[in-house]
Amino acid sequence: MVNDNKSDTLIQKYTVCANDFASAGAASASVKKTLKQLGFSPDFIRRTSIAMYEGEINMVIHGGGGIAEAEIAENYVKITLTDEGPGIADIDLAMREGFSTASESVRELGFGAGMGLPNIKKQADEINLSSEVGVGTTLVISLFSGA
Amino acid sequence: MKLDQVMKVVNAKVYTNVPFGDIEINAACGADLMSDALAFGENKGLLLTGLNNPQSIRTAEMMDISCVMLVRGKEPDESLVNLANEKEIVVMKTDYSMYTACGLLYKAGLPGGDLT
Repeated sequence: MVNDNKSDTLIQKYTVCANDFASAGAASASVKKTLKQLGFSPDFIRRTSIAMYEGEINMVIHGGGGIAEAEIAENYVKITLTDEGPGIADIDLAMREGFSTASESVRELGFGAGMGLPNIKKQADEINLSSEVGVGTTLVISLFSGA
Repeated sequence: MKLDQVMKVVNAKVYTNVPFGDIEINAACGADLMSDALAFGENKGLLLTGLNNPQSIRTAEMMDISCVMLVRGKEPDESLVNLANEKEIVVMKTDYSMYTACGLLYKAGLPGGDLT
């Protein structure tokens, strides 16, 4: 983890490794701990944690790993997940509940229900998903603590 | 329902050293796929699962779930127990199947949680 403190925001950066299911979720757990220390409400912490964890798992499974960055301010958290993986060919389809391209071996590990992106959308206040096939994917998840 | 009552209802064995006598469980969910579990709305709940790897604990951690119950007699991996102890999440196993374990707990008064 790398901390980068601006005047009124805290930036935490993590490297997420591809196919490393033993440590998958460690970045989300670390951000959750920080949010607790900063005194955010339990509901806000829970929503943020679930959204980031789902995104982190997607990077592990589909994105070939990448960078997870959490920008934490007094009244919002913005999580940016960037990978250089294969990209998403059809974003509308990827957002549909139950749609998954995960392999059988990934399903045996408990993932690939096709609920990741829909769960993120439910928990977040805003999401912005941009992707280019063969280049990579960036997912920005924003949550506002007063929302 | 207190967690020690949950343990009695499904004749469970405990693997963690996390104190649990006073932990109150509001609701339970059963899922083998973690995204299904993450759609579960209750915190301070119980997750019944057949998923015997550390991601069941990570999922519980994100959701503020107090206890993970492995079904069908699965002995938890050491890595799972270690992570659970670190995160103060209770791990139990029951020999009952998912269906039967959920049914027994529901019959004993533990409700299912709402989806978010």
